Amino acid sequence: MSSGESSPTGRLAAGLGLLWSELAVLFRRRRTWAMLAAVALIPILLAVAVRLSSASLDPGEGPPFLDRVTQNGLFVSFTAMVVAIPLFLPLTIGVVAGDTIAGEASHGTLRYLLVAPAGRIRLLLVKFTGAAVFCAAAAVTLVVAGTLIGALLFPVGPVTLLSGDLISVPESFARSALVAAYVAVSLLGLSAIGLFISTLTSVPVGAMAATVVVSVVAQILDVLPQLAWLHPWLFSHHWLGFSGLISQPLDWSTFGENAVLQAGYVLVFFSLAYGRFASKDILS
Amino acid sequence: MPPVPVAFDSGGALALETRSLTKRFGRQIAVNAIDLAVPRGSVFGFLGPNGSGKTTSIRMFLGLVEATSGDISVLGERMPDRLRDVLPRVGALVEGPAFYPFLSGEDNLRRLDSADRNASARTRRDRVGSALDRVGLGAAAGKKAGAYSLGMKQRLGIANALLQPRELLVLDEPTNGLDPQGTREVRALVRSFAAEGTTVFVSSHLLAEVEQVCTHAAILSAGALVAQGSLDELRGAGERTLRVRTPDAGTAASVLARLGLEPSLPPTNGDHAEVTARLTGDSIDSAHTDAIVPALVASGVRVRGFRIDEPSLEDRFVALTGEGFDVVR
Repeated sequence: MSSGESSPTGRLAAGLGLLWSELAVLFRRRRTWAMLAAVALIPILLAVAVRLSSASLDPGEGPPFLDRVTQNGLFVSFTAMVVAIPLFLPLTIGVVAGDTIAGEASHGTLRYLLVAPAGRIRLLLVKFTGAAVFCAAAAVTLVVAGTLIGALLFPVGPVTLLSGDLISVPESFARSALVAAYVAVSLLGLSAIGLFISTLTSVPVGAMAATVVVSVVAQILDVLPQLAWLHPWLFSHHWLGFSGLISQPLDWSTFGENAVLQAGYVLVFFSLAYGRFASKDILS
Repeated sequence: MPPVPVAFDSGGALALETRSLTKRFGRQIAVNAIDLAVPRGSVFGFLGPNGSGKTTSIRMFLGLVEATSGDISVLGERMPDRLRDVLPRVGALVEGPAFYPFLSGEDNLRRLDSADRNASARTRRDRVGSALDRVGLGAAAGKKAGAYSLGMKQRLGIANALLQPRELLVLDEPTNGLDPQGTREVRALVRSFAAEGTTVFVSSHLLAEVEQVCTHAAILSAGALVAQGSLDELRGAGERTLRVRTPDAGTAASVLARLGLEPSLPPTNGDHAEVTARLTGDSIDSAHTDAIVPALVASGVRVRGFRIDEPSLEDRFVALTGEGFDVVR
């Protein structure tokens, strides 16, 4: 009775086929590579600008960590992260997450995926996973590019942490990886919001723009003291809160809080996306 | 919610069946209580002017659009409840082909094939290859779909419907954008699917296309089904037309009138004037029509031509929809 395709493992493999295909399509698009290249350009520009300028910064001047870059190249990726998080990373996530369903709708391929049949919840899961993989790819790209350019232009050695402790170069790589993971997780909530917005329209540019606007609005709300009660609930609240990961001893508390918050956003907005998409008339 | 589910044909004689299928968009009724019965093994033409509800109906059959009311059965299974089991057995071209322009034709088909949970990844390459060959796109398989001509895209869309052995093919306007040669090729493909035992459901606003390949047809007008049946049944319900070519038009008309017909005189008299009269199915049997020429000759009418036109589907279509193939406004 159980042929290769209907056995549990066969079904799982067939189920993963769409995910592989989604990732292949995502990472074969020139747009995706252009965005990752632009992400990589941020630490490169930053490092080159610091290297070329003769003026030395006073401690605390410019973005956080910038004053430390000349002493240790490993700080380039941290600085670049702080620069990219408020606008540039949300912009790329907005493009990818906003495109998920609306992009398929505008190509007309949504109807063919559903007639295949892909299954509506399966398609949403695959689309969200694709966006999450892009978040990780963007964070890793930034950290790797920052580390490489930092090592190229500046001295590299044991890193003095914010707490004043000194850690070895290999351990600083581990900390960089943690920061990349933190940032990738931080962007999941926004990805889920983008997925939801994407189910509302068949105009991908609209969904992309709306997602970016949501991220900007959240950050504006986050600086208004009158809304202090709201701040812990904003998905962008912990975006820059990775300093615990570059202190000694390693402080996981923000990581945990942020992960729970993002999981909440993912749960709520994925459910909304499903509620909208499950019964939607596909007219595109 | 329908209070009592309607019992569908369970013997499996029908590939597609609907009961009072209705779709409203706001106040507008796109599809109005249609009862469709598509026999298995038929090539079924779904005819109607643009905007008459063909594509909306097809979207409902395939579970893309939810019906406002009514029931659908595809391959003996209720839709959209049994969508996951039914759709792998159905190949579809819906409202034109659609592809990722940045992927090659081959990669597009692989992508859509991977969306089908039941499709084996092991055989994917072979199935995609043979589907492309079947529609004559083997040589262009590696070319980006964005660079395909309209006709090639249309064929790629048909190839997508052929990735698996299908019991039912739903082809929405399959010859749209094709040149006459391409149209002929699609007709040949449709015939070959039918020869393999696949039921083919073809929608079209082009009557000639349906007349040439279909065994059955349904006519949709402004969302309502106005006729369906085998092509002969549809034609048979129409009227035959008698045409007499003669220089003696006046005399001929009076003879025909005496025989109980309602002749109409040609606008111009001349050597080749043509008197026409409608033959309504019941009142004129063949014995009666056989008596017409002797009666004309006996009255001295010089009969230069005598013809009975069988009803064309087009006449029937115009009679039923009250219009030609114009867009419904």
